[in-house]
Amino acid sequence: MSQAFTGVGVSAGRVIGSVRRMPEPILPPADGAPLPAGSSPEAEAERLAAAAQAVAAQLKERAAQATGDAQAVLKATALMASDRTLLKSATKLVASGTCAESAIWEAADAVATQLSALGGYMAERAGDVLDVRARIVAQLRGVPAPGIPDSDEPFILAAVDLAPADTATLDPAKVLALVTSDGGPQSHTAIIARSLGLPAVVAAPGTTALADGDQVFVDGIDGLVIADPGAAEEHLAATYANREELPEFSGNGQLSDGHHVPLLANVGSGVDAQLAAAAGAEGVGLLRTEFCFLGKDKEPTREEQVEAYGAVFAAFGGRKVVVRTLDAGADKPLPFLTDASEPNPALGVRGYRTTLASPGVLERQLEAIAQAASEHQAEVWVMAPMISIPSEAQQFAQLAKAAGLATAGTMIEVPSAAMLSGQILQRCDFVSIGTNDLTQYTMAADRQLGALAELNDPWQPAVLHMVAATAAGAKAAGGKPVGVCGEAAADPALAVVLVGLGVSTLSMNKRALAPVAAVLRTVDLATAQRLAQLALDAESAEAARSAVRAQLGELDRFGL
Amino acid sequence: MAERTAIIGSRVGLHARPAAIFAEAAAEAPVEVTIAHEGEPADEALDASSILSLMGLGAEYGSTVVLRAEGEGAEAVLEQLAAILETDHDAE
Repeated sequence: MSQAFTGVGVSAGRVIGSVRRMPEPILPPADGAPLPAGSSPEAEAERLAAAAQAVAAQLKERAAQATGDAQAVLKATALMASDRTLLKSATKLVASGTCAESAIWEAADAVATQLSALGGYMAERAGDVLDVRARIVAQLRGVPAPGIPDSDEPFILAAVDLAPADTATLDPAKVLALVTSDGGPQSHTAIIARSLGLPAVVAAPGTTALADGDQVFVDGIDGLVIADPGAAEEHLAATYANREELPEFSGNGQLSDGHHVPLLANVGSGVDAQLAAAAGAEGVGLLRTEFCFLGKDKEPTREEQVEAYGAVFAAFGGRKVVVRTLDAGADKPLPFLTDASEPNPALGVRGYRTTLASPGVLERQLEAIAQAASEHQAEVWVMAPMISIPSEAQQFAQLAKAAGLATAGTMIEVPSAAMLSGQILQRCDFVSIGTNDLTQYTMAADRQLGALAELNDPWQPAVLHMVAATAAGAKAAGGKPVGVCGEAAADPALAVVLVGLGVSTLSMNKRALAPVAAVLRTVDLATAQRLAQLALDAESAEAARSAVRAQLGELDRFGL
Repeated sequence: MAERTAIIGSRVGLHARPAAIFAEAAAEAPVEVTIAHEGEPADEALDASSILSLMGLGAEYGSTVVLRAEGEGAEAVLEQLAAILETDHDAE
């Protein structure tokens, strides 16, 4: 008997496969818990040594199968698991009457604290020590090791939610689809699924009941997970598997009537930029400069910045690259700019606002961008994140021009900026809508909370009204450009709506270029405007999505 | 007691990868080897086969460390281990 779980489809695709559950995180043992009844310190020390050796052997085996950097990291972690100094200090604790789990927990804690104190690269390795510790405790408890499960056969990964650290080790050749009970459309799970092109359903609470080996059908288009799939689901999966292959993106985004909609890429590094250029991106609509600097404990030097930006400009000679200045804060803290103790970081000193607390950082960044721009042929634009009022846009534009950057704009992420986009655009040259944050702030719904997934959906008509207001302001200001660089631009059906609302360029992860281009080519501007109106008039996100999708027959043809 | 100084050759210091290569080699050596910053007392030296001790040592590029070992073949072992420390493993 098949059972259906409803969630939110965040990445298209329909597949059937066998479930592997993400293991529960390892809970810390009690501080200094005593030896198990009937055990002796000697026996307990032996149990600990055996567990450590077993973990070291597992990691070594994985290292043997890995290549490059991943292999080096796994080799080093295998050595950590069997490290004599770590075992010695844990064994000392065991000798004083502590159980193996608590002993290794405490001993590894001391090492991790010491590494963290060294800062920089070593501090990052503290995480590896804690990972090894969790593996040893899992081994002692006889429960599965934390992290993405290992399997010879490709599987459907079911989890509560995935953290960035989990997604970094996700092998797209092994994982068929992602299903989470928590997380929303803007969660890390959703973002990684779209960038890897994996079908995904998030915020499907019922899926906590799924167990290893269960056969399920995952429908990332309609947001459904069906256990024990039948003939109907098999047919859908087969149809998806046989979908017409998307034409490669030609490098020229346009509607069926020839209306040009430049399709740009969101990138975070020079390597990213090269891949995006190879995928046909007409430019960069969002260079996330903070990604060059995450993990640094002090402001990067001018040389480091010039090199990082230059690597991106080099990939897009003669084309537009929109550089977003440091967007620190909330989910992307930078120790030299942000205050980690804010009670509500999403509403705190983040983005452009950090310039008030730390004057100089932005000026130096703009100078570095200008220098890198002068060394390359790209047409460089700059924009500031988290602008709320017209005077901030004016101040930013003045700083940019003072640094020698001719084109300065602002992000529209805060509802107040969307409402006053006309005034903002009298003070700067363009705006770019960040739909992830604009949705979070319009709906007052934390983008990481699965329980608020329904609210946190860029299809929410209120969010689309914000986009429409921004476009209207731009028109009133003399037709200045309005881009979208949030995840919404990567949804082909929503991309049509955005163009219909008056958005002039769309920027997305490179994988979305081909599907978005293919669907845009099937509508003319009048149709896009009509569909945009349908979405604006809808009473819910779901109604908006269904009404628009029903009119875009090509979505099915390409399995989108 | 054999003693040998070495200058760290890896650009980013004795971090995970160079430390892993060195710790593995030290573990395979027939004698126990210790490592310390130059000028630190010998009884505070750390186990050279422990990757965590090596990383905790925080030996930066260009800094000098002292390797010590006792027993048969100690000299040769230290010579071989010092050569590993002095190589820039990030350049490979």
